[in-house]
Amino acid sequence: MGEFLETYGSLLASGTVDTLVMTCAASFFAYVIGLPLGIWFAVTTPTGLRPNRAINTILGWIINIGRSIPFIILLVAIIPFTRLIVGTSLGVPGAVVPLTVAAAPFVARVVEQSLAEVDSSLIEAAHSFGANNFQIITKVMLRESLPSLVRGVAITFVSLFGYTAMAGTVGAGGLGDIAIRYGYQRYMPDVMLVCIIICVVMVQVFQSAIDWLARHIDKRKH
Amino acid sequence: MIELKHVGKVYQARDERHRALDDVSLTIEDGDIFGIIGASGAGKSTLVRHINLLERPTEGRIIIDDKDVTDYQGKELRELRKNIGMIFQNFSLFQQRTVLQNVTFPLEIRGHAKAENIERAHKLLQLVGLDEMWKRYPSELSGGQQQRVAIARALANNPRYMLCDEATSALDSRTTIQVLDLLKRVNRELGVTMVVITHSLDVAQQICNRIAVIDGGVIVEEGLTQDVFANPQSDVTRELLARGKAEPQSTLDMEKEA
Repeated sequence: MGEFLETYGSLLASGTVDTLVMTCAASFFAYVIGLPLGIWFAVTTPTGLRPNRAINTILGWIINIGRSIPFIILLVAIIPFTRLIVGTSLGVPGAVVPLTVAAAPFVARVVEQSLAEVDSSLIEAAHSFGANNFQIITKVMLRESLPSLVRGVAITFVSLFGYTAMAGTVGAGGLGDIAIRYGYQRYMPDVMLVCIIICVVMVQVFQSAIDWLARHIDKRKH
Repeated sequence: MIELKHVGKVYQARDERHRALDDVSLTIEDGDIFGIIGASGAGKSTLVRHINLLERPTEGRIIIDDKDVTDYQGKELRELRKNIGMIFQNFSLFQQRTVLQNVTFPLEIRGHAKAENIERAHKLLQLVGLDEMWKRYPSELSGGQQQRVAIARALANNPRYMLCDEATSALDSRTTIQVLDLLKRVNRELGVTMVVITHSLDVAQQICNRIAVIDGGVIVEEGLTQDVFANPQSDVTRELLARGKAEPQSTLDMEKEA
């Protein structure tokens, strides 16, 4: 055990950090793009605040096309774009771009579904007090759906966490890369097992923390 | 004074035309508690939503304080709504806000100073007898308490008018009486003119000084409450009265609270 840690400890530690950085950075940028997109999509639905069939249809297409391309294909297909943005298609920066592109439409859909859960009678009530659309989005829709939005962050994070392993196969590094290069190609089941354990523990910890947070901020009866 | 002049509303969905309101003319005087009664689907809720323009009429005009507001948009419309509070059947309280934050909401969206908003909200909560609950969330309150919070919220902007859409329909009979008493007090002490939508003749009889009976989107009868009850002119009203007598206060309602 001591010998194992001495040999692979630093490798596994840096792989874990890389995976976390990729997941967190991509989650962050995916929300920067996906959150406004999801809000825009939600308010333009026929029953939304500002129904607009054309915009809604186009956004729906973008979101669905984005979600229907398998990640491993997207990863290699957009390499020129990735190089344009961060100057490389390798390493953590090279992975964050495709991860963000893959997750943004996913986030938009998750956000839209959270916002759709907001009771329309609350929006009507806000109108009756003279709220404008911007206030209804920020003070009613986002606020009332906050627990659901927070749960959406967990779904996004865990999905991206899985995607980083695929990004590892094309030189992104991280736990997925280690598991494949050492565990699979060099046939080292102990490395493979440790990678799997770290992944399971990280997902569990994150999911439990988010679940606790969502429960804690939700003021409805449960 | 609220005046509806020949208001009509037609919903058009593809090839289906549904007429929800037909040539509705009403005058609601300052100080009134004006009841609009009818069976479900008669058009009551649609009608009341025309007063604060949550719905737009397809025909006719809406006049409030001698101003034709029918085509108000944007800022003008939001200023108008400030003067018309509204409460709802299912209370429509914001679930993720405390009682106090619910009451400050209408003030907050006008950008008033926070300290002033809080002071005003506490005063309103005292008025409805719930100030000690200010830190709680709506899910921790009973239905009657929630509706009282909603009344405080509707009064936040010092409105001249208040619209009550089936405000007591989700409440048991004992709580209904408390909420109606509160509405009467708001009318008397603050001089707020009320428009009360209800399917319950009991409610209408207890608080309204004038009532209009609506059926199929048409006003079939209008007058002083005691006159309409004593001497109904239309079949619809007579039917409503007969049904009201046949169904005394259900004991089920009483048990709900116990």
